[in-house]
Amino acid sequence: MKAAVVEFGPYLILVLVGFLPNEVWRVVGLLTARGLNEDSELVILSRTVATALLAGVIAKLILFSTGELASIPILVRVGAAVCAFAAFLSLRRSVCAGVIAGELALLLGGFFFVH
Amino acid sequence: MSTSTTFPSAVAAYFGGVKSALLSVFSLVLMGTYIGMGALAHDVGVSSGWLALSTVLVWAAPAQLIMISALGTGGPLFEVALAVTLSATRLFPMVVALLPLLRGPGTRLRDMLLPTHFTSISMWVESLRLLPAIAPEHRIAFCNGLSCGYMGTAVTFGFAGYYLAAGLPPLLAGVLLFLTPMSFFLSTVSNARMMIDRLALAFGLVLGPLLAYWGVQLDLLWTGIIGGGLAYAVHRVREATQ
Repeated sequence: MKAAVVEFGPYLILVLVGFLPNEVWRVVGLLTARGLNEDSELVILSRTVATALLAGVIAKLILFSTGELASIPILVRVGAAVCAFAAFLSLRRSVCAGVIAGELALLLGGFFFVH
Repeated sequence: MSTSTTFPSAVAAYFGGVKSALLSVFSLVLMGTYIGMGALAHDVGVSSGWLALSTVLVWAAPAQLIMISALGTGGPLFEVALAVTLSATRLFPMVVALLPLLRGPGTRLRDMLLPTHFTSISMWVESLRLLPAIAPEHRIAFCNGLSCGYMGTAVTFGFAGYYLAAGLPPLLAGVLLFLTPMSFFLSTVSNARMMIDRLALAFGLVLGPLLAYWGVQLDLLWTGIIGGGLAYAVHRVREATQ
């Protein structure tokens, strides 16, 4: 547990940096539910920024892993992600099939690396 | 709509929503995502009760993922809050698109509070697909049931992942932690049907690790702003030249 979390208390942190900054956009949406449509430029730009940010988080989790995932070599992690993507594309864009393929690849790769 | 589904009562509509949630493919994705989130929470060192409360209060897996992983790496709280709010901007257009479907002649603002809080990727996609076929007076109850079905699944499997990660050998714990990036990666790819979204995804995948590797301050924010801005610029240039 990091110093800042201990100092402020985990539940206060949850409300201040998790709940409020997230919920504010729902409330703004509720208050302005009229007037904007899905094709407006502001809506498109906010969607691309959100998508790129999320993609950055995903890539960092795969490349700069923490915890037990870090004990599996980076090449195995990247290879497993590529397998997941390939399975997703070839199996009728099924998210479930892709995730299962990626996990199996990671398990096999990790197993062979350790032994 | 002539073929709209009607329920005998609002309670029946609510449970109709719960059933739709549990039978949809998003439940499977949520199970995987939250087993991974539970494993990550265990890894970071927060309590399982904290994880459950964060699932209920935040109810947006990307924001939750950003918050928990940033708390784990000890990033400044201001940056975490900024990254969370930037990831949450997509909730705004989703709420704006969803509420007109739920609103009837006698709907009060307070009836909209729960569906507003419940708005998230899986609930939104399913609501837009299912609500038009449901009688207008039962849509809010159905939507709340759908959301509670998803939220219950997420909380339950968050606990499962948390305690599985505590007792598993390292390799299997690593496989559990890998569920989060995998399920997010593929569901984001799956949602990115337009070129502009695919570009944003690709730019983000490249920029995120690069900026972090270079030690750039607020790396995730810049990933979002530069990657998303570039994708938007390419989209505008393509539109202008067509």
